[in-house]
Amino acid sequence: MSGFMGNGSTGNGFAGFVLRRAVGVLVTLLAISVIIYVVFYVTPGNVAQITCGPRCSPAQVQQVADQLRLDDPLYVRYWHFLEGLVAGQDYSTGTAVQHCPAPCLGLSYQSDQQVTELILTKLPVSLSLVFGSMVMWLILGVGTGVLSAWRRGRLSERVLTGVTLVGVATPVFVIGLVLMIVVCGELELLPFPQYVNLTDDPEQWAWNLLLPWLSLALIEAAAFARLTRSSMLETLAEDHIRTFRAYGVGERSVIGRHALRGAFAPVIALNANNVGSAVGGAVLTETLFGLPGIGRELVHAVDVVDLPVVVGMVLVVGFFVVIANALADVLYAVADRRVVLA
Amino acid sequence: MSDVLIASQAPGGTDLSVPPGASGARQFWRRLRAQRAALVAAGVVALLVLVALAAPLLTAIEGQDPTTYHPDLIDSARGGVPIGSFGGISGEHWLGVEPQTGRDLFARLVYGARVSLGVALAATVVQIVIGVVVGVAAALGTRWVDQLLSRFTDIIVAMPLMIMSLALLAIVPSSFPRPVLVAGVIGLIAWGNIAKIVRAQTLTLKGLDYVSAARLSGWGTWRIARRELLPGLAAPVITYAAILIPQNITVEAALSFLGVGMKPPTPSWGQMLTAADVWYQAAPQYLLLPAGALFVTVLALTVLGDGVRTALDPRAASRLRVGTGRRREAKVASVTAAASVTTATSAVSATSVASVTGASGASGESGESGGAAQGGAS
Amino acid sequence: MSLVEVTDLTVGFGELRAVDGLSFRLERGAALALVGESGSGKSTVASALLGLHRGTGAYVGGAVEVAGIDVQRASDDELRRLRGARAAMVFQDPLSSLDPYYAIGDQIAEVYRVHTRASRRAARARAVEVLDRVGIPDAGRRSRARPHEFSGGMRQRALIAMALACEPDLLIADEPTTALDVTVQAQILDLLHTLREETGMGLLLVTHDVGVAAGSVDEILVMRHGRVVEHGPVATVLGTPAQPYTRELLNAVPRVDGPGGPRPRVDGPGMPRPRVDGPPAAVGGTASVTASGGGASVAASGASAGTGAGTASGASSGTRPGTASGVAAGAAVEEAPSAAVVLEAVGLRREFGRGKRAFAAVDDVSLTVRRGETLGIVGESGSGKTTLGRMLVGLLEPTAGHISPGGGVRPDVQMVFQDPVSSLNPRRSVGESIADPLRARGERDEGGIRERVRELLERVGLEGAHYDRYPHEFSGGQRQRVGIARALAADPRVIVCDEPVSALDVTTQAQVVALLGELRRELGLALVFVAHDLAVVRQVSDQVAVMRGGRIVEYGPVDEVYESPRDPYTRQLLAAVPALDPAVAAARRATRRAARQQLAAV
Repeated sequence: MSGFMGNGSTGNGFAGFVLRRAVGVLVTLLAISVIIYVVFYVTPGNVAQITCGPRCSPAQVQQVADQLRLDDPLYVRYWHFLEGLVAGQDYSTGTAVQHCPAPCLGLSYQSDQQVTELILTKLPVSLSLVFGSMVMWLILGVGTGVLSAWRRGRLSERVLTGVTLVGVATPVFVIGLVLMIVVCGELELLPFPQYVNLTDDPEQWAWNLLLPWLSLALIEAAAFARLTRSSMLETLAEDHIRTFRAYGVGERSVIGRHALRGAFAPVIALNANNVGSAVGGAVLTETLFGLPGIGRELVHAVDVVDLPVVVGMVLVVGFFVVIANALADVLYAVADRRVVLA
Repeated sequence: MSDVLIASQAPGGTDLSVPPGASGARQFWRRLRAQRAALVAAGVVALLVLVALAAPLLTAIEGQDPTTYHPDLIDSARGGVPIGSFGGISGEHWLGVEPQTGRDLFARLVYGARVSLGVALAATVVQIVIGVVVGVAAALGTRWVDQLLSRFTDIIVAMPLMIMSLALLAIVPSSFPRPVLVAGVIGLIAWGNIAKIVRAQTLTLKGLDYVSAARLSGWGTWRIARRELLPGLAAPVITYAAILIPQNITVEAALSFLGVGMKPPTPSWGQMLTAADVWYQAAPQYLLLPAGALFVTVLALTVLGDGVRTALDPRAASRLRVGTGRRREAKVASVTAAASVTTATSAVSATSVASVTGASGASGESGESGGAAQGGAS
Repeated sequence: MSLVEVTDLTVGFGELRAVDGLSFRLERGAALALVGESGSGKSTVASALLGLHRGTGAYVGGAVEVAGIDVQRASDDELRRLRGARAAMVFQDPLSSLDPYYAIGDQIAEVYRVHTRASRRAARARAVEVLDRVGIPDAGRRSRARPHEFSGGMRQRALIAMALACEPDLLIADEPTTALDVTVQAQILDLLHTLREETGMGLLLVTHDVGVAAGSVDEILVMRHGRVVEHGPVATVLGTPAQPYTRELLNAVPRVDGPGGPRPRVDGPGMPRPRVDGPPAAVGGTASVTASGGGASVAASGASAGTGAGTASGASSGTRPGTASGVAAGAAVEEAPSAAVVLEAVGLRREFGRGKRAFAAVDDVSLTVRRGETLGIVGESGSGKTTLGRMLVGLLEPTAGHISPGGGVRPDVQMVFQDPVSSLNPRRSVGESIADPLRARGERDEGGIRERVRELLERVGLEGAHYDRYPHEFSGGQRQRVGIARALAADPRVIVCDEPVSALDVTTQAQVVALLGELRRELGLALVFVAHDLAVVRQVSDQVAVMRGGRIVEYGPVDEVYESPRDPYTRQLLAAVPALDPAVAAARRATRRAARQQLAAV
């Protein structure tokens, strides 16, 4: 009866798990694109008119209707859209014919710009914001969580708990607004942020993003601090912690090595889950600080009802969120190999 | 004090011994009352709800309404700054008036509470109804139904709420009543996590012996779902709703802040913030009031949510979730729930441990108390 | 100087006094068992020896000296040097007692380095060495595995290896085999025995199982409510117990080596009336106790079939004349070998999973249950016995084979579940739960339903007034009685009991087993008794089926199977059961060695 169990978990099992996850990502992405396409192109009202914009002449509207193949059944149109995504597409804008290369998300009829191009120019800003902020919130959040689990029951823990609670309860645009007014407006410690390309001037890039990073990070950090603290406390109550204490292992090692390890997996899972909300936060941050990222562009596109841009951006953001989730799942499985056994 | 052997210490100093005959609800109130912070928060929330409900009455007492322009109260020569000190505070206008328009700030603030709380509550109701229906149907349906609904839920969860609602709100004609629309859009997009929690919990409950016993008694599926399963869902659903409400308030405010949520002239805190941005020096209360209102509301609701969760015994809840064997689904759900709460649990690791152990003969020492998880696993 | 010296130890948690004025000593190289039921405070004593209550807010009074260190007054550093190095502890659940995220070898090495300041490499080598020592094959490679990759028995070996790493003077084992199957339990106990012989370390064994203690220690200390009941050499305490409670405890222990002749019966009142409001498992001194001590042929509980129907029903109606008669209308059925078949299964098979992962939890099982008869199904974890039980009541559909009368769930086949916690809906009063079958079959007369439920409650030894109480107000044994009442409410012909007593203390267990026996006799029920405990199964069954890997390896009349087992697995199982007589235990240890070799050879 005392044999080995579950030995297939490491080699083949793990690769299989990653493969299954990858297929899942593809399916999810397809499904999301279908949903988004259907929702946005089966809206009430004249789609061609909406897409073209309010200032379009009837002729232009007719042209857009042709481009979108509004006479074809929906699935044909969707298939056409997919085709453009994979193979590229040609658009005729009145006189000239524009070629839209491979990952073609369509054409903005209001600005005559290709959506893919538009997104590519805005993407670095948003990625700078989100990734920089993520580094900040992970360090701040996990650090605070560990500290308050470590100082459990003391004054410092209560203070930290209070601060994180306030962080959780403050909407990102309120924090950002207050930070901007206080730091840039009143104290004049920093100039009002102005995006600078990383490749142009890394120092200025970081300086200018400092405040947006901080506003976005503070809220997420609060959530992580709470999760880290509670996961650690949960782990500290587990039997194996008792074992190490009963074997004379010091408290530093018990907390730093064993309890912290138990908080790993939940933190990874939360980080993936929060990518979606962080993207939402990024939209607000970009709008607030006037950073020319995807979020601000999306708000603009929504304002003027530029459908191809909206659809393209929602798809791209969805793509990143799904990928982030899948990556986290794999990381999670690495952190907790027992998951793969399932 | 280095050698702390942490027993299972519930936060908030609970572990009250239950008097004979105490029902779940009574126990819940006892535990909630034992937490001072939660009590204060409950008081604040009650006050806010009262203000929201009595908004027409309050403004009537003041003698103002939220939409009337008062051009006479603003100094158009100075760019529209309110006339008078402190942003035009007076006996008529308790909190002053808006720059540029001269609308009464107090009236806009209390009507804003109405919009904020109303939309958040309605959105939460939509989320819970969809989540419970989908979750229960997935857990009780055939394998095929479960697969379909679970995949669909995964996709819904993958959709970023802010982005999707931004986009959706853009394409709906503006003739549609805005508060209903915002609540509906939030509700329709963000029900995924609650569906996952409900599904996992239903599966756990379904595997419990007392549900098997009810089947052996001869009851049909519907009766069992109603009598044995649904009451067991109350605790996690209430807990999650307590997390959702402040979240929805923030989302509504954010959407309005971006200009796609509430449209003028409907007063909304988020929208006031956008407008107030540039006036912070001339009329600071125009910025501080909605910001403060938003902060206090979300904070009070969050603290109250924490209290509710503690009172419903998170440990018991997480223990119930253990052993479903569907850990990846349960993971995200439990983690999201955990994120905003003090007493989160790593239900995941516990789940894995429980199912790896499998069933074994119950132990002498712990058999009486710790059997639930084992029962679920076998 | 003694290895352990405990003087007037008192441990309190708030109002609760878990240990109350306990004193004992343990010499170097000696072995002592603390035996008691749940709530006796035995595990608390074990923790107190290592000062584990420090900082928890528990009150600890008296003096504890372990390996020359005054645990009460030692500094934190001194205490840390004691723990693991001089005195090491092995816990009950080996899976949760090891960190799931680190390799087992690393965990042992970590402990070793704390106490020896050895290099990483040396500590790792030591870990492999001790793993090898406790019988883990290919220790070098397996030391890199994490706990979940080990089986239950292997994990417990690993935990013992951790304890051995620093060559302690004292090993404290807190229920070390409770979570394990009986054959694995025997292996672990044998291992502890061998290690003690070789290293000369002292052993403090904490257990609820008198049989486990009997074979492993020299001295035994029986505890109850935090106090010493009886303390002395194993042979004396188990052979000629001086205290009533010790006798009660011993009598409640079911014996696997039952008598050859008529099966044990209750002398005197069969079942003490449980005190419903008392603490869980607090059985008053009312249980009948046979005065004849020690011998393996005496058991107090389990009045069952083999006895003549007349005497049996007489005894039980003597117990509770008023209550029994109302329910037991068709009581005392004379049983003949040709009694009607009430449940029959042919070629049952049940698969779980699909595709490559599919496996058959139950495979080609056929059995017959006759009226008034008990069929015992015994097996270790993973043998498929629970799956089989659930198929018999219709909760699971068989993949192949058929059951007659079939048709899924039906009222005449009911079930009593293992877990007293999850088998009752915590949100409904017990009366409502019991009334379920009545209402489900369409009874609408509220008065009649209440009356019937009261009758049933009284029949199972509870009070009719308990109708409106909730499950959390009952102890584990009482909840099992409620579960039995609910099963009876459907007027079943067969009750399948799935490990009905495995979560209960031994004295409570005996009472529940006795109750089931009584009910079967009086109502002419057939029972299917699924359990891992060979002794309990022998006590209650007429027929027995031994399961392994989803199949029945041996099936026949209970005495035949237990007295002259044909299958080597059955023999191995029987040899693994702990014996109450230390001499028998030693003999069994030898038998086990032989049996294991034989099984390996097959």
